[in-house]
Amino acid sequence: MALVTFDSVTRHYPGADRPALDALDLAVTDGEFMVLVGPSGCGKTTTLRMLAGLEPVDAGQIYIGDHDVTAADPGHRDIAMVFQNYALYPHMTVAQNMGFALKVAKTPKAEIRARVAEAAQLLGLAELLGRKPKDLSGGERQRVAMGRAIVRRPQVFLMDEPLSNLDAMLRVQTRNQIAELQRRLEITTVYVTHDQVEAMTMGDRVAVLRDGVLQQCAAPRELYRTPANVFVAGFIGSPAMNLFTVPVVDGAASLGGYHLGVPREISSAATHLVVGIRPEHLQIADRGIGVEVDFVEELGADTYLYGTTVDPQTSQSVVARVPGNTEVRRGARLSLGFDVTALHFFGSDGARLG
Amino acid sequence: MTGPPTRHRIAGLLGVYAGLGAVTACALFPILWALSGSLKRQAEISQPMLLPAHPQWSNYVEVFARMPFWRMLFNTILYAGCVTAGQVFFCSLAGYAFARLPFTGRDTLFVLYLATLMVPLTVTVIPQFILMRVFGWTDTMWAMIIPGLLGSAFGTYLMRQFFATLPIDLEEAAILDGCSPWAIYWRILLPHAKPAVMVLAVLTWINVWNDFLWPLLMIQRKGIATLTLGLVWMQGEYVAEWPVLMAASMLMLAPLVVIYAIAQRAFVSGIAATGFGGR
Repeated sequence: MALVTFDSVTRHYPGADRPALDALDLAVTDGEFMVLVGPSGCGKTTTLRMLAGLEPVDAGQIYIGDHDVTAADPGHRDIAMVFQNYALYPHMTVAQNMGFALKVAKTPKAEIRARVAEAAQLLGLAELLGRKPKDLSGGERQRVAMGRAIVRRPQVFLMDEPLSNLDAMLRVQTRNQIAELQRRLEITTVYVTHDQVEAMTMGDRVAVLRDGVLQQCAAPRELYRTPANVFVAGFIGSPAMNLFTVPVVDGAASLGGYHLGVPREISSAATHLVVGIRPEHLQIADRGIGVEVDFVEELGADTYLYGTTVDPQTSQSVVARVPGNTEVRRGARLSLGFDVTALHFFGSDGARLG
Repeated sequence: MTGPPTRHRIAGLLGVYAGLGAVTACALFPILWALSGSLKRQAEISQPMLLPAHPQWSNYVEVFARMPFWRMLFNTILYAGCVTAGQVFFCSLAGYAFARLPFTGRDTLFVLYLATLMVPLTVTVIPQFILMRVFGWTDTMWAMIIPGLLGSAFGTYLMRQFFATLPIDLEEAAILDGCSPWAIYWRILLPHAKPAVMVLAVLTWINVWNDFLWPLLMIQRKGIATLTLGLVWMQGEYVAEWPVLMAASMLMLAPLVVIYAIAQRAFVSGIAATGFGGR
């Protein structure tokens, strides 16, 4: 059952030449962890804010359960949000912060206390309940913000880049905590991030947005294995997928002097193709794409080779991820081989072929 | 941190302290002079000495004999208290609306309201007087309380500027927590605006406390007069008996000093927080 449904939802900021969000159709199922990801300005935060009711909807409908909440007050949507900079009330203690929504809703005091204590226990905040936000570390504030959302037992959690203010180590740790907590509480969550690692590791499904348009919504593995278009292919994965624009001559395409085995049903239809291959699918081989290495990055377990194709007409940049013990010097010329099944093909409009 | 003090640094600091000392002396001297005057005999008043040979504490007793000091003190506190409470309440409400609530013509209205700051009191005082007469409030306490109660352009400006600096996330969090605009103002923003409220309260209190022109126009009866009026009336009735007058001034100043001493820390940090410091 879909718990949150976006039905052709559009938001057009006054004065902007294109919509911030263009006819979004998206269904988040009950208990699902949905991640919205994309570069800045892609409309992911706008989507979240519209679901929260902090941003008006210009066209389309938003449903939570069976209720059309498109015009509902934020306070009546049964949602809770974790803000990027937490937005804790500075004049209230941790306990007051966490219990505030319940107090506004005139929940009996004893119940507020019990629910705050329960959430504090869950998040390891029990010792901090009497403190003010200014006396907390970044990670503690983040947990209080989580606690404030949990205490309300909402139908939907909204999270707007909740980890972006933490340092790298804490971010990884908190990332896992949030994902685990969400699985335990089974509360439908919509999570916004620009970090594709967060998206891939946390989400049950990931929705990739660009310029206000949904590009693809799929499970992380599927997103990685069968990106729907060139943008998703290039956005998901680090280092990014190699994308080569190649001409198709007499039903065949070649790159760096190497013939690419493009299936006939794909090559017959086009004059140009975008061919994609992940860096880890390239290996140094006797036969393959001719490449000159510009730069070598040794990371220990892996080595990244950055180079350009040896092609008199169009030299294109290439990244290959090879085992860490590979010894390659800058300026070396080598061939990068691959399995034909690892190739991705995209048409000149960017959409996936085959 | 800075290293050990060098001769150059010490010289610089000495210069700074000398400058500050000079300014402080200029500010304090008149008050010290009044304090010293309040302890002198009438004949000694123009003699250039700070400590009179025989301090005349009786001057202070005389003040209570010549004016209904306690009554006037009560009146002044009542007026200042009411006006301060009203100013804080209405200015912060208006400041919140001007800073955050979207409505048509908001910014134009704010600029117009702000422009009234440029109009000197002397221009509006006669129309205000007429208004008070129409309402039948002249020579009543209402005339002292109502006009100042409903806020001022300065206070609204001060509060608006402060609210505008608060992160919008706080309000959005409150909206999601189910707060109405009133609850956001009352439960989230106002507690957070303590520094600005403190500044506005202290400035308003001092303003009302020291105001002379408006009470002079409005009040005839001693029973509802303020201390400033009492002071001036004393001057008329007793042909400027300076030591007693100065004793009365000192008595009038004392509550302000006490209030300031209590609120000083909050006031100074408020001045910094609201950006009204001389930076």
